[in-house]
Amino acid sequence: MTITIGVLGLQGDLEEHVSAWKQALEECTSSGNVRVVKKKEDLGSLSAISLPGGESTVMGGLASRSELFSELKERILDGLPVLGTCAGMILLSKGSRDRVVTEKKQPLLGVLDIEVERNHYGRQGESFEKMISISVLGPEPYRGVFIRAPVVRKIGDGVKSLAELDGEPACVSQGNLLATSFHPELSGDNRLHSYFLREYLR
Amino acid sequence: MISLWGFPLQDKAKVWTENERTSGSTLVKRGFAHMLKHGVVMDVTNVEQAQIAEEAGAVSVMVLDKLPYDVRKAGGVARTAGLGIIQAVMDHVTIPVMAKCRIGHTYEAEVLQSLGVDMIDESEVLTPADEERHIWKWDFRTPFVNGGRSLGEALRRIEEGAAMLRTKGEPGTGNVAEAIKHFRLIKREISEAKALYEAGDEQELFLLSRKYQVSLGTLVETARLGRVPVVNFAAGGIATPADAAEMMRLGADGIFVGSGIFKSKDPLERAKAVVMATAHFDEPDIVAEVQEGIDEAKSMEGLDESTMVFKMQERGPQ
Repeated sequence: MTITIGVLGLQGDLEEHVSAWKQALEECTSSGNVRVVKKKEDLGSLSAISLPGGESTVMGGLASRSELFSELKERILDGLPVLGTCAGMILLSKGSRDRVVTEKKQPLLGVLDIEVERNHYGRQGESFEKMISISVLGPEPYRGVFIRAPVVRKIGDGVKSLAELDGEPACVSQGNLLATSFHPELSGDNRLHSYFLREYLR
Repeated sequence: MISLWGFPLQDKAKVWTENERTSGSTLVKRGFAHMLKHGVVMDVTNVEQAQIAEEAGAVSVMVLDKLPYDVRKAGGVARTAGLGIIQAVMDHVTIPVMAKCRIGHTYEAEVLQSLGVDMIDESEVLTPADEERHIWKWDFRTPFVNGGRSLGEALRRIEEGAAMLRTKGEPGTGNVAEAIKHFRLIKREISEAKALYEAGDEQELFLLSRKYQVSLGTLVETARLGRVPVVNFAAGGIATPADAAEMMRLGADGIFVGSGIFKSKDPLERAKAVVMATAHFDEPDIVAEVQEGIDEAKSMEGLDESTMVFKMQERGPQ
């Protein structure tokens, strides 16, 4: 069966996800397609989906204005593999709050057993890149790009942390879900996308 | 997919490193702009408008003292917004907050950077402070967005350190014609450069870079990519969902709406509709549906050239 990777395409750096997937597919297998997902019909026959970086409130708001949001949640609970980066991690989480505004209601998929604090490291001036170590990628450091990044505040029993920043999880996995608080699609290093293709697609 | 080309002495550009964390790098500044893509940035003048914008799905808000339409009506010198209002907006919304500074007014930008805005718009909507030069944006940790009417102008702003571009259009008019003109011109000029690059005509590319007053490297990177090397939004005169969808279809990475939302009589509905039309620009049925929900009688009052006292797009160094 041909692999088809979807990228949620309502807002954010979806083109960067598309090109990272294309490169990773080329490295891992000989064939595969990447498709932008904007409505529930686009979800059919996907092998996996990624939720890009951007504003989680915008993506969640747009997705929940149609049946896409509930259908996506159902497919994820059915086992559809998901990679969520930054805003994507927030959308997957069970709960979010904002560092400054604190309580902020927003639509979440609630499938990943973590709670996050948005904009934890501060505003854009405090955004940064840092070489981090991701356990499943071996000893070679990975360029973590943290842009107004969230932090994982609470982590459930079934969730594994694969990378830490200042002792807090920056990359977590739970069953069919992989999520990062940084942007692997911006680092020019496809190892995490390739790892996902090898380990999450069955 | 993220281009890091900047200018020939880019390795001298400032970065801020602490605890092995590097801030203000080209990757971190341009990366922020990439997160805004397919989104709508809305002009606001107070906390209430900012909250309406956030509720409607704005990807960011731009805080001004007056909306561009009112800047025109008021005349006089337009400066950056009051810091108290910008701070209040930052305290009440979770999305990024931008503010405008005057063209070439380095200190006004430094004040905005100290305050902590997420992006600075060096904008022709305010009265230019330097007729010779723009701000040297490589010295800033906060990313900048600049306007451009042509490829040369756009690339010159990138060489000065802009992390993001937008068309200038004609702000405060509710008339999308100028934004379309600028966007189409930039596309045409990119096609020309791309054709020369693909034909291997280095001499003509070199001459073109001189005409645009940019380094050959910057023009070659643009020709190779077939687009400007940073995120490029449409701005200036966008007032309806169909305006936004049209700019997206032309190839804009996202939309700035200035007076179009809060000078209309239906700001929340209109803001939601513009967000939908921007995200679903390639699905005409959805754009038609949201456009239908907007009453044209509630659109902002338009301004055409005959009633315009001055053109904002022509202010400041080009």
